[in-house]
Amino acid sequence: MDLAYTEEEREFRARLREWLGGVLPGLPPKPRPDDWPGRRAYDTAWQRMLHDAGYAGLHWPVDAGGRGATPTQHLIFLEETEKAGAPYVGANFVGLLHAGPTIAAEGTAEQRARWLPPVLRGDEIWCQGFSEPDAGSDLAALRTRAVRDGDHYVVSGSKIWTSHAEVADWCELLVRTDPAAPKHRGITWLAMEMDAPGVTVRPLRTLAGSTEFAEMFLDEVRVPLSHRVGAENDGWRVTMVTLSFERGTAFVGEVVACRRTLDELAAEARRSGRWDDPVLRRRLGRLNAEFRALWRLTQWNVSEAQRAGGGGVPGTGGSVFKLRYSHARQELYEAAAEVLGADSADLDREWVLDRLSSLSYTIAAGTSQIQRNIVAERMLGLPKGR
Amino acid sequence: MDFQLSDDQRALRAGVRELLAGRFGRDRMRAALDDGTGVDRALWRELGEAGFFALRLPEAEGGVGLGLPESVLLFEEVGRSLLPGPLIATHLAAGPVKGAAQGGTVVAVLDPGQPVAHLGEADALLVLGPGYGPRASAASVDVTRVRGDATPVRSIDPFTPLWRAGDPEETGERLPGGGRLRDEGALLTAAEQLGSAARTTEMAVQHAGEREQFGSPIGSFQAVKHLCAGMLVRAELARCAVYAAAVTADPVEIAGAKLLADDAAVRNARDCLQVHGGMGFTWEADVHLHLKRAWLRSGQWLTAAAAEEVLAGDLC
Ligand SMILES: Cc1cc2nc3c(=O)[nH]c(=O)nc-3n(C[C@H](O)[C@H](O)[C@H](O)COP(=O)(O)OP(=O)(O)OC[C@H]3O[C@@H](n4cnc5c(N)ncnc54)[C@H](O)[C@@H]3O)c2cc1C
Repeated sequence: MDLAYTEEEREFRARLREWLGGVLPGLPPKPRPDDWPGRRAYDTAWQRMLHDAGYAGLHWPVDAGGRGATPTQHLIFLEETEKAGAPYVGANFVGLLHAGPTIAAEGTAEQRARWLPPVLRGDEIWCQGFSEPDAGSDLAALRTRAVRDGDHYVVSGSKIWTSHAEVADWCELLVRTDPAAPKHRGITWLAMEMDAPGVTVRPLRTLAGSTEFAEMFLDEVRVPLSHRVGAENDGWRVTMVTLSFERGTAFVGEVVACRRTLDELAAEARRSGRWDDPVLRRRLGRLNAEFRALWRLTQWNVSEAQRAGGGGVPGTGGSVFKLRYSHARQELYEAAAEVLGADSADLDREWVLDRLSSLSYTIAAGTSQIQRNIVAERMLGLPKGR
Repeated sequence: MDFQLSDDQRALRAGVRELLAGRFGRDRMRAALDDGTGVDRALWRELGEAGFFALRLPEAEGGVGLGLPESVLLFEEVGRSLLPGPLIATHLAAGPVKGAAQGGTVVAVLDPGQPVAHLGEADALLVLGPGYGPRASAASVDVTRVRGDATPVRSIDPFTPLWRAGDPEETGERLPGGGRLRDEGALLTAAEQLGSAARTTEMAVQHAGEREQFGSPIGSFQAVKHLCAGMLVRAELARCAVYAAAVTADPVEIAGAKLLADDAAVRNARDCLQVHGGMGFTWEADVHLHLKRAWLRSGQWLTAAAAEEVLAGDLC
């Protein structure tokens, strides 16, 4: 049990801090949440800066264009960028955290050369076309069809809840290539260009009022066979690689941010006098324990990955983290509403929009119920239900 | 950073588990319950010989020379096994109190306002001063005088006899390093809670895999499955909190660990009871022993209310 960082890790942190201190003051102001072209430009410009400074794809393998950093260095990177108030991965999320790592793990040399460098440079944005109207938690029930026609697949169907679809260049798409096979066996993973003829995107408004995600209609979209990653009908296995990446590392920076928010809530409560209420004070104290422990759990999981030889696919430990974190985040913003009192009804007050968006955390990337199934069946070995 | 158990730590844990399974396995544990044995002095001396109490004393003073993380692993195993007695107080008193390191002197602890566990069997008594963290203090007082004025309580936990004692009049002999007593006691208690929480998770999962209703193992029903998943999540989060607090020895982090471990032990025991159905409500099942001990430990060294205030005070 060692929480001390090595000399090398401390140097890495110091260099990163210095670089952040130099570049962050020069960033333009953040775009409004609904200004999607502005958000894309802001997020990709940041990615380009990371790239030019040698921080893009830090934890990706070197032969995929990454830096081959250890899981601990990646953790330090996420911690420091968040602490310094650097931009969040934003619109680069799918490219850097799902599609990219999947292509790095499963793609051919040609596919890696085509798709990975633009992700790392911030030139191209990806979205994730997995969920369908009738295939959410039961993702393997997806029905979007892909039929071979010469050296192309012809794809028809519809996707839903596709985040960043409005501004994406590419979509990692799951399609059904063998309707006769058992549902997990007839799925294929494709990279689809978002401006291909037949793709229609209709933004959906979230309960927070913004258009974070969209419906996507696919009408005989032609996708080259060469855009298939992995074998035909092997897409489920390829997908599981992607999903474990999503649950493994996606929220590290957010835990750091939540701890800062908690400090700010305490400061606000002290200023307004609500701190004198022991019920509120103790509630914030308990959240302090919660987020400190979530940070330690992150270090535990990262150390485990590091021992397993780094670069590996994150294990089911990510489900334990996601279950607890998504709940804790919602509790944090409930406490924020108590700190704000009557102002919690004012959308322009800090934390009010965050309270709304926190509601998606127990749903997106696998609902809490599905995570509990995973923990019970894969970690505890309980029998599958009928 | 390598926040995982080292090979030595794994070996230590396996060794303690084996020792306790051999000397305090289920049959012994139930026999001790039936004949009301609290402190088994022969076993204590054996533990003393194995270095249980002297674990953190320097080797030059006859100790093992290990640290808080190793103590935490030890008490996690105690929590699993339900071994009774004021083991933590005696472990903390090894060094200042003569004979504690060998397991020959049984040391209890008086936290003013709280019932005193195992006062009747104790050879020495520590008194905790008010406060938490570096400013706290502790003293050693005459156990026979305190016992003379104390009245026994019918304890909710059959393994833990309790006494109601007044505040000791004399302040006694101040302990060197006594300021760390309360937070280290809280940490090691959290470790016991962690061991209990992990054990009740295993018990629930085992029962859920074996017991059949409606023609299926009850563990295939999602309502049961989700209870078990929740238990694992609580235990694993508490584990990271307790282990990290052992490494940093930071009083605020210890308060967080105690809070989460208390929660994990009590709630996991309750869920384990639920998964056992009617069997869970019997004297014969071990679940109630875990729950009752977890309740008692929650009130010892650092309560939830006090821990939450410490943690709140840490926020800016
Ligand atoms: C903000 C946000 C962004 C998203 N972004 C994307 C994206 O970019 N790309 C993408 O492909 N998808 C995306 N999703 C979709 C997300 O993955 C799905 O919403 C999620 O998997 C749940 O599917 P569903 O909405 O169909 O709900 P359902 O599967 O219909 O679930 C409804 C309820 O039933 C419960 N339930 C379902 N099955 C079970 C079961 N077996 N056991 C117990 N309970 C069950 C669920 O837990 C839930 O409470 C996003 C969702 C959100 C909220």
